Amino acid sequence: MSMPILSLSIWIPIIGGLLVLASGDRSPNNARWLALGVSILTFLVSLGLWTGFDVSTAQMQFVERMPWIPTFNVEYYLGVDGISMPLIILTTFITIFVVIAGWEVIQYKPAMYMAAFLIMEGVMVGVFAALDAMLFYVFWEAMLIPMFLIIGVWGGPNRVYATIKFFLYTFFGSVFMLVALIYMYFQSGSMEILEFHGLKLGLTEQILIFIAFLMAFAVKVPMWPVHTWLPDAHVEAPTGGSVILAAIMLKIGGYGFLRFSLPITPDASQSLDWLIIAMSLIAVVYIGFVALVQQDMKKLIAYSSIAHMGFVTLGFFIVFQIAANPANTGGAVLGMEGGMVQMVSHGFISGAMFLCVGVLYDRVHSRNISDYGGVIHTMPIFGAFMVFFGMSNAGLPGTSGFVGEFMVILASFRADFWYAFLAATTLIVGAAYTLWMVKRVVFGEVTSDKVGALEDVNKRELLVLGSLAVAVLLLGLWPAPLVEVMDASIVNLVQHVSVTKL
Amino acid sequence: MQFDASNLIPVLPELFILGVACLVLVVDLYLKDEQRIISYGLAQVGLLLAVFVTLGVSQAGTQIVFDGSYVRDGMSDVLKVAIYLVTFVAFLYSKDYLKERNLFQGEYYVLGLFAVLGMMIMVSANSFLTIYLGLELLSLSLYALVAFDRDSKTGSEAAMKYFVLGAIASGMLLYGISMIYGATGSIGFQEVAAALTTTGMDNTVLVFGLVFVVIGLAFKLGAVPFHMWMPDVYHGAPTSVTLFIGSAPKIAAFALAMRLLVDGLGNLHADWQGMLVILAILSMALGNIIAVAQTNIKRMLAYSTISHVGFILLGILAGTNEGYAASMFYTIVYAMMATGGFGIIILLSRQGFEADELDDYKGLHERSPWFAAMMLLLMFSMAGVPPTVGFWAKLFVLDSIVSVDLTWLALVGVFFSIIGAFYYIRIVKLMYFDKPEDSAPLEAAADMQIVLSINGVSMLVLGLFPATLLAICVRAIG
Repeated sequence: MSMPILSLSIWIPIIGGLLVLASGDRSPNNARWLALGVSILTFLVSLGLWTGFDVSTAQMQFVERMPWIPTFNVEYYLGVDGISMPLIILTTFITIFVVIAGWEVIQYKPAMYMAAFLIMEGVMVGVFAALDAMLFYVFWEAMLIPMFLIIGVWGGPNRVYATIKFFLYTFFGSVFMLVALIYMYFQSGSMEILEFHGLKLGLTEQILIFIAFLMAFAVKVPMWPVHTWLPDAHVEAPTGGSVILAAIMLKIGGYGFLRFSLPITPDASQSLDWLIIAMSLIAVVYIGFVALVQQDMKKLIAYSSIAHMGFVTLGFFIVFQIAANPANTGGAVLGMEGGMVQMVSHGFISGAMFLCVGVLYDRVHSRNISDYGGVIHTMPIFGAFMVFFGMSNAGLPGTSGFVGEFMVILASFRADFWYAFLAATTLIVGAAYTLWMVKRVVFGEVTSDKVGALEDVNKRELLVLGSLAVAVLLLGLWPAPLVEVMDASIVNLVQHVSVTKL
Repeated sequence: MQFDASNLIPVLPELFILGVACLVLVVDLYLKDEQRIISYGLAQVGLLLAVFVTLGVSQAGTQIVFDGSYVRDGMSDVLKVAIYLVTFVAFLYSKDYLKERNLFQGEYYVLGLFAVLGMMIMVSANSFLTIYLGLELLSLSLYALVAFDRDSKTGSEAAMKYFVLGAIASGMLLYGISMIYGATGSIGFQEVAAALTTTGMDNTVLVFGLVFVVIGLAFKLGAVPFHMWMPDVYHGAPTSVTLFIGSAPKIAAFALAMRLLVDGLGNLHADWQGMLVILAILSMALGNIIAVAQTNIKRMLAYSTISHVGFILLGILAGTNEGYAASMFYTIVYAMMATGGFGIIILLSRQGFEADELDDYKGLHERSPWFAAMMLLLMFSMAGVPPTVGFWAKLFVLDSIVSVDLTWLALVGVFFSIIGAFYYIRIVKLMYFDKPEDSAPLEAAADMQIVLSINGVSMLVLGLFPATLLAICVRAIG
């Protein structure tokens, strides 16, 4: 028995978070350093998952298993495959920057702020690692509590509305999933997710279960038309909260589709794939246009996140139509892997974009695009970063944003030309809204005294933005390691979903 | 009828509590006002010792004594212990509250202990008559407790309402019992159950009897549409009494439902299941929706109780042992949540200030981060958000109704719990996101602070490790 890496990645941040909380606000610096230490330690521990990962198998690895509630066969059952492992690393990686980003900005109860994010980190790792449905659900819902407090306590002026909307939307989505999980427990006699994968279900049952899952995951992703909580939550959340929301929480929705909807209800997924594809394309095209007219930078990035997540769900659900064309699992795998790469890459890029906005907001206390202009004259280094991340958000080749989008568009060509056509409009619309924002904020004449008095990024901000820029570039130029890690699991998943359960 | 002294062993806990109540009654006569703490201490020690007495006489299997009118089984042991402990905590929380309001009198504890005795009799009743006696003993004690603050108009009004409606409910119950007696010729649960299997259930008088019994039960539980008394009583009674009424008697009410419907009328399950479905849905709907509109936290918790009762009914109507165990788990957890919630109200209140408006909770986080966190745990637990224990309580109940193919009812349940989540997180919102209006420091005795902290933290601990309590419930239902 080697080290229980997964348990450590879950519980180090949670216990560390409680310690940070206990250290109190009397010496905020202690709390900050402790939080940083804990987050770095967690990241290092979780790297063990990457180094020890066996890429040749789709089996669950690093499995830990022990009974939890024997009466209901609920187990403390953890494990990762190529789908969840990269997302765990993403979580532990991003959390470090969230801690650093809140270093000076958060003056109100900093210990509690740091603690909330650390606990959040542990819980999110738990969501990705859980292989028992109840354990998954507990982590899934437990995420709400720290996020609810983060937005509500440290958020903007309209934070109460935003956070209650966030809570109720996600709570609404997930309780129906709970009923579906209970139902499957009685069909299979087990709470294991992998057991659910093999469970035979009739089409009607599958469709009902699929809809229950869809409510949970579509709200989380979020997909059009249940996306409206996201712009509110993003705008009101503190920078760190936006980063976690965009970079990781949205991914949990996408992960849910891969772990639950597709493998458990393949036939329902197949018969309802038009719905998801339509919702995804609406998100890509319509939400893209909505993003274009935003005046608030955070809102703009929030809408762009929705559009980008549309790519993810599109990539996941075109599988069936590709397979319907002359048997071609290669294309299906491409679409799913594209969706996965897009998730990871969007984690870096959207996180970085929100951090950029955070940098500006900390100095000017405004998120309105019209309050800026000519930032590059006073903040040249920052301007360079913002342009870079803007480019990657628009999907510039060489950045990670390009890889995922390209793979999904390529795959959707094999499904239907018009899917690909509509999806590809994002290359234009996405470029338009991102670059137009960058143009208005970064370039041009210095428009106001406030902008004229700006100081460039300090070392701390440089470190954060620089690290993320390296990650974006690395993933954009050399995505092979990531694709390799997930390949076996995705191939297995595609095979699994192409076999009917009826 | 032969008297056998060995009959007395299973009822030792009841005798013990009766003895303590009488002792307090007598001792209190000789105490000066500043010595009342002795009555309090006696009652508390008595409750703790009763735990040991109950565990001492506990044994495997079921013992039926007094010619079949009294039973001691796994369920009665667990529920009695839960009742002592919840009452103990409730007395402890209310000590300073009563002192500040000149209500710190021996009678409070005497009435409380008699109420406990009534609950124990309900828990252990094995015939319709015994259960009625227990219920009346409990109710009469509670009526008096609600009116305990004689100078309070709302208290007297609440007590009157409670008394009148309670008397109607008792009348309904008794009427139903008499019909069942008429139809089966017996009042013992086993005899009634046996008669039902032989004579069959196709009997109008019997079904009418059942309806009246269910109505009486719904009154006592506070299920919609027989819930009218709850908000007024919760609101009007002194908070310490609300705390007591809202916690331990719910455990007894669960036992009442179990004994009447399952032990006595189990064969009519098909008939009462439909009635309970309606009661449960209405309770969850009305309780949760109306709670949203409340500005007084005691009223809000009253409506929240109504919705919880709906959930407890769900487990019972499933009609399986898993369902009963799930309901039992839910009831015990609910009693803990209610004590904690009202405990926080008492913590915030002080002389001349009741802290029963929602706005009084504004900015609690700034005033006392620790107790705000406790209230946060309690509220999330009531809302059923993991990782708190309230989630498991809901989950087990939902599990049990899905297992009897009532998945649609589970969907109704979770739908209303979303509405419920709103008013619980509103408290969290007030505590964490708003600025305090009241900067008076929170003062409470150390014992209350410690127990309240344990109460709050237990929501989380039990949420992480629910297996033991669940196993106890499953074994008790057996």
